[in-house]
Amino acid sequence: MKLAISISGNKLDSPFDPRFGRAAAFCLVDSETGEWTAHENPALSASGGAGVQAAQFIAKLGAQAVVSGAYGPNAFDTLTPAGIAMYLAPTGETLSAAEVLALFKADKLSQAPAATHAGHHGAAH
Amino acid sequence: MRIVVASGKGGTGKTTVATSLALVAGEAVRFLDCDVEAPNAALFLNPALETRQEVGIQLPVVDEALCTHCGRCAKVCEFHAIAVIGKKMLIFPELCHGCGSCTLICPEKAISERLDVMGVLEGGKTPTGLDFAQGVMNVGEPMAVPILRALKKWPPARPFTIEIRDAPPGASCPVVETMRGADFILLVTEPTPFGLHDLKQVIGITRELGLPAGVLVNRNGIGDNAVESYCAEAGIPILMRIPMERRFAEAIASGKTLVEAAPEYRLLFRELLEKISARVAA
Repeated sequence: MKLAISISGNKLDSPFDPRFGRAAAFCLVDSETGEWTAHENPALSASGGAGVQAAQFIAKLGAQAVVSGAYGPNAFDTLTPAGIAMYLAPTGETLSAAEVLALFKADKLSQAPAATHAGHHGAAH
Repeated sequence: MRIVVASGKGGTGKTTVATSLALVAGEAVRFLDCDVEAPNAALFLNPALETRQEVGIQLPVVDEALCTHCGRCAKVCEFHAIAVIGKKMLIFPELCHGCGSCTLICPEKAISERLDVMGVLEGGKTPTGLDFAQGVMNVGEPMAVPILRALKKWPPARPFTIEIRDAPPGASCPVVETMRGADFILLVTEPTPFGLHDLKQVIGITRELGLPAGVLVNRNGIGDNAVESYCAEAGIPILMRIPMERRFAEAIASGKTLVEAAPEYRLLFRELLEKISARVAA
């Protein structure tokens, strides 16, 4: 399965980034073969709608599942029809993407049943 | 002549100054309360708000029968308010700024628009004959700019020679939009570190927009001397000073304007207007 992991770096051993829309990058990894590629997140500098943009980006990369630390309502509403399963990794500890992958393979990660927080939009801008 | 009364910091006396300035400016004055999140000039000018119009932005509506999911609308959207995922098109109304790019770019003409009401414009005459209009944003709406744009286009009840715009506080998009198209920015501040900090931000905006500006120091006598020194260094003229007086605060708390509470200020506000006119003419 093609899995996108939000990371702050450009390698499989880069630190896991618990943010989804504003993650620095995504590591796209094949959970069977272990092959991976890193992709800068184009939504990092978006003025708004980062969750929507990041979701479309990983859908285009062909990800079937994603692991991050949180999903906003717009990210959730875009990833759901894209058929991308949303997994949550622990945000308290410093994990690498490789360790997150190991947790995923060991079936230790739970899926987000709904958006994990309210939208960031709404403040005056 | 269009004068914007702005401040940066809230509560420095924008409305106090804007309303008194309007009351001494003669007959052909129009007053726009541009603080659409909390308009309050009507409390002092008491207009009979007889005309009303709903305003907002145009949101995209997709005809699924025509949509080919080519994704051009999602790509053109600067705000990521549209996502095309496979054969599904998603619209996020709260991210949309109503620019209309998606409607224009759609090769199938599958996108039409509907008005998303964000607030109302209201207008009418005040007892002293001012042509008054205000925008009122609906609670919970995030964007004031579309309402402000419409308010600035509100048709005047009669020709005017002076327009006074009471700006919202802050130094963000609504303040910039209020200033656009103006001839002069009157910056009301107080001589405190907070007043100065935010004054610097709005002076930055007036410079960016290339608009002449002058400062009015309200509650003069409190705080420190930093606003005076800053203005002297930056070459920003201080056009008027209003001292801190309890009787002003009492009058304003009871819904009276400054020139009603202290008629001797009529002359001072007229002089202020003359100074502004001279600077605009120069």
